[in-house]
Amino acid sequence: MGEASSRIGTSARRIEDAALLRGAGRFLDDIVLPDLLEATFLRSPVAHGLIRRLDVSAARALQGVHAVFTYADLRPLMTSDRMPLALPAAGLRFAVDPFVLAVDEVCYVGEPVALVVAQTRRIAEDAAALITLDLEPLPAVVDPVDALAADAPKVRRECPDNLVARTRIDYGDADAAFAQAPHVIGQQFRLSKGGGHSMEPRGVLARFDEAEDLLTVWDSTQMPHRAKAILVDALGLSERQIRVLTPDVGGGFGPKAVFHPEELAIPAAALLLRRPVKWVEDRFESFTATCGERDQVWTMQVAFTQDAKLLGIRGTLRHDHGASTPYGIALPYNAATNLIGPYVLPAYRIEIDLCMTNKTPSAPTRGAGRPQGTFVMERLLDCMARKLGLPRDEVRRRNLIAPSQMPYPIPVRQRDGSTMEYDTGDYPECQARALKAAGWTDFSARQAQALSEGRYIGLGLANYVEATGRGPFESVAIRIGPSGEIVASTGATAQGQGVKTMVAQIVADAFDVAPQAVHVVTGDTSATHAGLGAYASRQAVTAGNAAHRAARLIVEKAATAAAELLEVSRDDIEIVGGACRVKGVPEQARSLGEIARALAGTPGFALPANLPPGLSVATDYMTAGLTYTNGTHLAEVEVDPETGGVTILRYVVVHDCGRMINPMMVEGQVIGGVVHGIGATLFEWMRYDAEGQPLSVTYADYLLPTADVVPRIEIHHMESPTPLNPLGVKGAAESGTIGAPSALVSAVEDALRPFGVTITDLPVTPPALRRLMRAAAARSAA
Amino acid sequence: MKAPPFRYHAPASLSEAVSLLSNLENARVLAGGQSLMPMLNLRVAAPDHLVDLGRVSGLTGIVDEGQSIIIGAMTTQRAVERSALVARRCPLLAEAVAHVGHQQTRNRGTIGGSICHLDPGAELPVVAAALDAELRIAGPTGARRMKFRDFPEGYLTSQLAPDEILTHVAFPAIGARTGSAFLEFNRRPADFAIVSVAVQITLGASDIVTHAAIAFGGIQGAPVRFAKAEEALPGRPWSAAVGETLRRLVPELACDGDDLYPADYKRDLCGSLLVRAMTKAAARAGGRDV
Repeated sequence: MGEASSRIGTSARRIEDAALLRGAGRFLDDIVLPDLLEATFLRSPVAHGLIRRLDVSAARALQGVHAVFTYADLRPLMTSDRMPLALPAAGLRFAVDPFVLAVDEVCYVGEPVALVVAQTRRIAEDAAALITLDLEPLPAVVDPVDALAADAPKVRRECPDNLVARTRIDYGDADAAFAQAPHVIGQQFRLSKGGGHSMEPRGVLARFDEAEDLLTVWDSTQMPHRAKAILVDALGLSERQIRVLTPDVGGGFGPKAVFHPEELAIPAAALLLRRPVKWVEDRFESFTATCGERDQVWTMQVAFTQDAKLLGIRGTLRHDHGASTPYGIALPYNAATNLIGPYVLPAYRIEIDLCMTNKTPSAPTRGAGRPQGTFVMERLLDCMARKLGLPRDEVRRRNLIAPSQMPYPIPVRQRDGSTMEYDTGDYPECQARALKAAGWTDFSARQAQALSEGRYIGLGLANYVEATGRGPFESVAIRIGPSGEIVASTGATAQGQGVKTMVAQIVADAFDVAPQAVHVVTGDTSATHAGLGAYASRQAVTAGNAAHRAARLIVEKAATAAAELLEVSRDDIEIVGGACRVKGVPEQARSLGEIARALAGTPGFALPANLPPGLSVATDYMTAGLTYTNGTHLAEVEVDPETGGVTILRYVVVHDCGRMINPMMVEGQVIGGVVHGIGATLFEWMRYDAEGQPLSVTYADYLLPTADVVPRIEIHHMESPTPLNPLGVKGAAESGTIGAPSALVSAVEDALRPFGVTITDLPVTPPALRRLMRAAAARSAA
Repeated sequence: MKAPPFRYHAPASLSEAVSLLSNLENARVLAGGQSLMPMLNLRVAAPDHLVDLGRVSGLTGIVDEGQSIIIGAMTTQRAVERSALVARRCPLLAEAVAHVGHQQTRNRGTIGGSICHLDPGAELPVVAAALDAELRIAGPTGARRMKFRDFPEGYLTSQLAPDEILTHVAFPAIGARTGSAFLEFNRRPADFAIVSVAVQITLGASDIVTHAAIAFGGIQGAPVRFAKAEEALPGRPWSAAVGETLRRLVPELACDGDDLYPADYKRDLCGSLLVRAMTKAAARAGGRDV
């Protein structure tokens, strides 16, 4: 009777999909309330300026407009001038929490200046066009390196300079390693990464109910509990006065983990107007108002031996942080630590400067800096291979951490104060399997054959690790009432990745029922006592193990109660098909509903086995440390040397995220991650001009990878369970993004080997490739 | 984003449409809307009136008039793409139209809409330039005809008066011993071209080129005929060596560039696409399809 598809480790169908595929999902913009008003924001049209005059009277006078709010109108509701959201961070020289609306200085194009609330969005936009905003232009800082020049203009007047944080990683003796190294290579890398660009943009709807004294905020966020905490702080209300609900979310990818000004401004407007107010981001806002990743400039050196062993790496990382600090400094730190990857790196020193610029603030998007760190390491390894005349796979093989070295500590302190340590993984085997799957050994013959036909094909490889399952905890509560329905509530949140299925599958496994029999509640701050949400590829690790623990506890309670009701010993009870029955006597059974009814209590009677009341349990899983997913990517490309066009012919991933709960969903995550990586490598580029004006604010100018440029992605799994959590699982959500830029660029460089180009920058555009080829031709001619 | 306020008009006849355009201030013709509607929603266009030609009779259809294929301006790109007549009699147009946007936008986008909008990255104006299509225009004083070469005024603007409507486009039918090819380079298949090229050549005895037409898109505000190359071709058969001669003429092309796609890169594309397109067209003219 057991449902094989519910077992942990099987590709159970997603419980979310029936509704989503029928169009019966409910996303933020699907929510319509009586008396609903719609909002839009007037945003700064310049990268830096002083507000000389802000006249909203004409906008307020337009028919259908209910209010136009400026900072001065909202400030009386706030407990502080700025939004109280600083994440603690070592190395932060000064925190620059954003304002809910600009006060008197605007610091990036897209910064919200005024909020218009009207009968409809169209009227609100008409009204916004009537606002007079006189700005005195100030010089804009656009380049993260220029930002630190002694004579650089200031990004914000109140800050002492543009160096918002400085931190470093330093272990081993890098200088000594370089002093005795037979080989040293230096290289600068300029890496751009784009935004999250979820299919569903951000959105907020807020309603204040006077009778209930409750502000309900529907928020398309990855972190509803954090959003609630910030709202409580910012508005000076109590926890019981605010409930944050996250409906179906069409993609998060990082930016929706950041609390943005609109998430405070819209609830404030609802409080002031006593009417529900909705705002849904438009696509211009996706580019200018939503945090994303920006530029990094790495100036690096690698020291190595004649037999290609790494001795040390040192250098600097200048990180473009944008105009405020909404999400700490995790991004460049991830980048710098992920550089180490699956390799033995005896000495490493990197100075990290976080430079403020007059751009939309940067914050983690899928990969969260790690693709860049991996890119730098993998590029340096390819440079070493070229210099030593060794195959690229061989250089890597000689430096990979062996499985016998696990757990492998690296003397780098992490955000939680612990020391970095890789838990499990067989990196050499992972690379070997990927090389075999992609036909690495035969490739040079195929490449030569293609070249004789005038075709330039190349094969690239990259290894990487990813720290997943970041803590400190996640919550799951399971409740079963007399109806017998199993309801699991979690602080984890769902953005389309299948979190509900993941939780349901784990709970269903314990009850021996189908995942569809478990109702999962995510994204409701009133459904769990606490919660964190989606970031750092963590929810299978944290919520998965919380669900596992909660399920075991509630099954034990049900079995104990059933034993009492059936007058047998606990050990004689088994759970089959969601019922507790006596082993060997299947007709002697109690359903979960019956047990719940018994545990609900009867006036005056004792509870079965003197158990505490209710068939319910609430638990939190606290992490024991980060667990490291790893993988190897192989990309085969063809480059048209006349146009610089790149076509991806084949893509192979060997992926190890420990024990898999649902392999189909892991593959969905890896494929999506690789596609994000393809975008970051070949297509996506958030560009600004010298005045800080964004140049790519439509999807005609900012190119996302479409189905017709993405190859079939072939995935092979390894499973190295982690001892750090009971399920043995690791995260899988960002991993695909991390290896892709390195593998693709290595392939492009390989294809263009006859031209002798070295690629150091991302993204790789056709004109950039033509430029590199021309420069190489000029060098060889000279 | 939402469009600014406008009034929508749906005339049923051409005369009604022309009369509306003559009488309304700041009106725009809606001819499929695959460019105009996004422009409205982005608020980069703010007409007070939209005159939708979707219900005007007589503006759709594809007719063979012998020397020319006459296509109603409101014929959808998808209809042209699926037309056996166009494939046979005007293969250059058939090849190019498949590159226009996505199938979903081709279902709504029209031939006339694309030609009048004159996006530098659009495919159809380049075909119209290469074949020097004849545009049939209706206005308050009657009908007139204009060769495409006289049509563009500049970036996204044509010689069409505010009260005139493009009704039909006459594309010269392909002749004997003639081959054509359309190629473009873009980052993703459905995007506007960074550079596109439309060529058509006719061969005489011993495969000597007797006539050649070459038009580029994407390098200036409007499509550009490459007269130097067209003049250099007749009198000899097509060969790789001739291709290299053409490539050497490319640096003389006036070419607009920007930070992302600089002029020298676009000239690289022009040279490469031109030689590839001519090679295809010559093979087709010689009866060998490629």
